[in-house]
Amino acid sequence: MDLLKRELAPITAEAWRQIDSEVRRVLKLHLAGRKLVDFSGPYGWELGGVNTGRLKQIETTPGEQVGHAIRDVRPLVELRSPIVLSILELDYAARGACDLDLDAVIFAAERIARAEDSAIFHGFKEGNITGIIEKSPHSPIDVKSSPEWPRAVSVAKEVLRLAGVNGPYALALGVDAYNELTADGDDGYPLRHRIEESLVDGSLVWAPALKQGAVLLSTRGGDYNLTIGQDLMVGYAAHNRTEVELYLTESFTFRVLEEKAAISLKRTTRNDQ
Amino acid sequence: MSSEIYHEQSDLLSEETKNLHRAIVSLKEELEAIDWYQQRAEACTDHELRAVLVHNKNEEIEHAMMVLEWLRRNSPEFAANIGIYLNSNGPITQAEQQGKMESSARGESTDSASLGIGSLKGIK
Repeated sequence: MDLLKRELAPITAEAWRQIDSEVRRVLKLHLAGRKLVDFSGPYGWELGGVNTGRLKQIETTPGEQVGHAIRDVRPLVELRSPIVLSILELDYAARGACDLDLDAVIFAAERIARAEDSAIFHGFKEGNITGIIEKSPHSPIDVKSSPEWPRAVSVAKEVLRLAGVNGPYALALGVDAYNELTADGDDGYPLRHRIEESLVDGSLVWAPALKQGAVLLSTRGGDYNLTIGQDLMVGYAAHNRTEVELYLTESFTFRVLEEKAAISLKRTTRNDQ
Repeated sequence: MSSEIYHEQSDLLSEETKNLHRAIVSLKEELEAIDWYQQRAEACTDHELRAVLVHNKNEEIEHAMMVLEWLRRNSPEFAANIGIYLNSNGPITQAEQQGKMESSARGESTDSASLGIGSLKGIK
């Protein structure tokens, strides 16, 4: 038996197939960081940390004349998002049902995708992860109104170029910013297309974990690294007569290798000034 | 470029499929190079040149294995079959059955639980 203990769950093979398929669909829609950063792995549960190649702390003890240094490693963070499902509902799959109520699966997949992306963009202090936004040395660019988006993206791109960061570039957008850009502009032409056509070589990515505005970053490679130990999988926790508890899990860490490769764009209103 | 020779219209293909195609084409090229170097080395009459050709062949084997590892990491189907056949013992044609029996003896499920998410870079 492996760590996921799936064979202990009172779930038929067909129901497992539908659960896995639904999780996969939602994750591919919601995971934004993986669409932008370099990916290493998966290396399995055995990987506990990533070597940074650096020394964290050096002290000399004069009495003993021995220097002490601690290797800087990034521990992997394990995420676990619970899923509770009705056994009766899951058994319908064995009777041919292909429309199981898997809302709990969808919510769990959304939650874990949000957690992974939040660590990538905003960091996760307890897990020793610094995010793309907090690590960026560039001052955020204010976007005071919707029509300002194309100009702001153009300015952001120029900041990255001047910092020696070449493209292609991608624009990760929070929910509000994405909605604003996909809505029709004053001339009936969505701002999204204006930005895609003229300003961004790469792509626009829907990133619901972004708290405010957007981030323009280079996707040339070598700037950001997501290391996966165990990639996202569904495991079994417990069950009773009526319900089974599963969980969605993964282990990962994230490192910013070139902090200058991203710049934040903040959507502000006049009241924020 | 060979990586642009698709069997379907490229605008109908996802970035995931295009990358898979690139890897498969690369693997084919590396395997072909191994075959060529092997034959050239065997036919070569100059001792020093033969050593260079054998060295080059071995480099191509390393390249092929690197691409194969990428395929394993990015394709659950490749991963499942590599797990069955690579480093197996006994008759290769019976490796699948043997693997199932060993998993069953260990109480493991033979179904792959991998969701195969991996990298989504380049996918909008």
